[in-house]
Amino acid sequence: MPTFKEDATVSSSEFIKAYRVMLLARVLEEKLASLYRGGMIKGGVFLGRGQEALSVSVGLHLHKGDIFAPLIRDQAGRMAFGDTILDTLRTYLGSQLGPMRGRDGNIHRGRPREGYYAMISHLGAMIPAVSGALLARRMKGETGIVGATCLGDGGTSTGAFHEGLNAAAVEKLPLVLVVANNQYAYSTPNSRQFACLDLVDKAVGYGVAGHKVDATDLEQCLLTLRKAVKAAREGGGPQLVVGDLLRLVGHGEHDDAHYVDPALKSAPVGRDCLLLAEEKIIAKKWASRAETSAWRHEAEEEVNATVDKVRREPGPKPEEDDWMAYSKSEFAEHYAGA
Amino acid sequence: MSSITYLEAIRLAQEKALADDPRVFLYGQDVGNFGGAFKATKNLAKEFPGRVFDAPLSEDAIIGMAVGAAIEGMRPIVEMQFADFSTCGFNQIVNHAATLYYRTGVPCPIVVRLPSGGTSGGGPFHSQSMEALYAHYPGLVVMTPATVEDAYSMLLEAVALDDPVIFCEHKFLYYHLKSERLPESVLPVGKARLARAGRDATIVTHGAMLHESIAAATELAGDGYEIEIVDLRTVKPLDMDTVLASVARTGRLLCVSEEWPWGGVAAEVIARVTSEGFGLLDVAPQRLNAKDTPVPYHPDLWSVHRPTASAIAEVSRRLLNI
Ligand SMILES: Cc1ncc(C[n+]2csc(CCOP(=O)(O)OP(=O)(O)O)c2C)c(N)n1
Ligand SMILES: [Mg+2]
Repeated sequence: MPTFKEDATVSSSEFIKAYRVMLLARVLEEKLASLYRGGMIKGGVFLGRGQEALSVSVGLHLHKGDIFAPLIRDQAGRMAFGDTILDTLRTYLGSQLGPMRGRDGNIHRGRPREGYYAMISHLGAMIPAVSGALLARRMKGETGIVGATCLGDGGTSTGAFHEGLNAAAVEKLPLVLVVANNQYAYSTPNSRQFACLDLVDKAVGYGVAGHKVDATDLEQCLLTLRKAVKAAREGGGPQLVVGDLLRLVGHGEHDDAHYVDPALKSAPVGRDCLLLAEEKIIAKKWASRAETSAWRHEAEEEVNATVDKVRREPGPKPEEDDWMAYSKSEFAEHYAGA
Repeated sequence: MSSITYLEAIRLAQEKALADDPRVFLYGQDVGNFGGAFKATKNLAKEFPGRVFDAPLSEDAIIGMAVGAAIEGMRPIVEMQFADFSTCGFNQIVNHAATLYYRTGVPCPIVVRLPSGGTSGGGPFHSQSMEALYAHYPGLVVMTPATVEDAYSMLLEAVALDDPVIFCEHKFLYYHLKSERLPESVLPVGKARLARAGRDATIVTHGAMLHESIAAATELAGDGYEIEIVDLRTVKPLDMDTVLASVARTGRLLCVSEEWPWGGVAAEVIARVTSEGFGLLDVAPQRLNAKDTPVPYHPDLWSVHRPTASAIAEVSRRLLNI
């Protein structure tokens, strides 16, 4: 465990900043859900409702120049790291102007040149990728940077999780691996996923620092990620953060999540982090209910305006795509009849 | 100058790549002070401190880390201890490295070295030829050098390319293939080489099978038949111009590949010659691959499992109607 002294408080301005990013992510995702029901979305919709506090805390503790490889439920973390409503909607609505140009969508979006990695679907795969990026940065003489990536409870069962975290530990890389333990992997409950008592116990097996947090509590998430990111940045090696929470939506918008145990929904782990954060803001008198409603309204206006703009943008044109998987055009194969 | 083996050419190419380009580094099991299972990285850790790393026994992480390093502008060369073990890193190769440029516009300049193909006693898990498997995936360049000169120059080109390269170096050629000097001028990537000129039939091949094919052609020359041989050098991209030009001269085609028949390089070449150059063919094209079983361990079984010079000569005779 790191030995440095922590500042164990979160200021009102930091809390409100985090809350407003969470709120924007929530509003945007609610819009995505309604667009999905209206048949407007290209591809699938997988939302992070209930996971915003943990996710935003990752993004907010990264700097420009750091690396972030988010996963499927990280709309809040993505926005905290610099992703925009515009880029988000451009991928979901299939605009040609989005960062992926129609070639990959939605949760797979990213801008790798800016340290914002574009996940592949295969769970766990981004752990070694971020680790290799950190190794490269070290070889280039860069210090004080951090690479963070997120995963679900199910993702911890992959070989990639094991190989990636182990290799990062061997190289003592500044990796922050954040596990959103939302109790289910699609329909599979944790009891069918792993047999250890707590996922954070895995940290000791890899020789990395472990952090445990109640991920319904924004303040605790901010403090935990502050500590973990700082430890990685200062040379403490990989940090495994496990946040306990509940997925408050279906696996995707196609899924009614009928299999979720009602006892979990009424347990503390099933609370909504956004509502809890709002209650705290009100209770501490950092803002009034009227102000939080105004923030929501503002977010809705911005999202709606961007939807209107993006819906007028062109989709990708098959006849204009160069259909090139290689950076060198000479490498294109020419198949007769194709 | 003493003669250079195919294996030494690979070592020398990595040494030159490390010396010429600070972005290059080596990562793989036992590649550091030990110098690699085959000694393809011998002395390089000492010569280039901090740039040649031992990796844990984690093919998925090795290739995944190479992908991340490549995104950050490095040029990693990773060694799989045997091509066969690349299946444990398959996901990162075919789903991450191969898709990155198309998806994001960011290229992925990694080289994955695969010590490939059969040797006596290698058995089912140390003998595989995986070029067709990787060539199936868009975004990967698949190289199969068959000569000392190509082993050297193509590895250097692989490092210079912005696209991910699967470098299938043949273990059967490691020690016994020798050359007096390293090449000064080379064919461009994706260009096949006419390894032997002829007029009666064309053999299209690559890797260790080039040498079996040359031996078969020499045997047939004794009977007065001249076989032309095309060494593909890279199986992806595939140089159909050179193949079709040769078939246009000979009218007869035999494809020889060490990998399994179903969906192999030979199958692809024949598919494309029949659809693009059907009129050039005088008789039905033929292929000769390894037998459709796992690669056997016992030398007596293995030596007939792969195409041999005598098997190639026999199929060639049938192709020539003799
Ligand atoms: C290697 C792999 N296997 C299967 C899938 C299909 N899949 C997508 S999400 C998912 C469940 C993931 O659960 P978890 O890791 O707990 O994340 P959560 O969805 O709960 O956020 C599965 C099985 C996949 N993407 N990758
Ligand atoms: Mg889960």
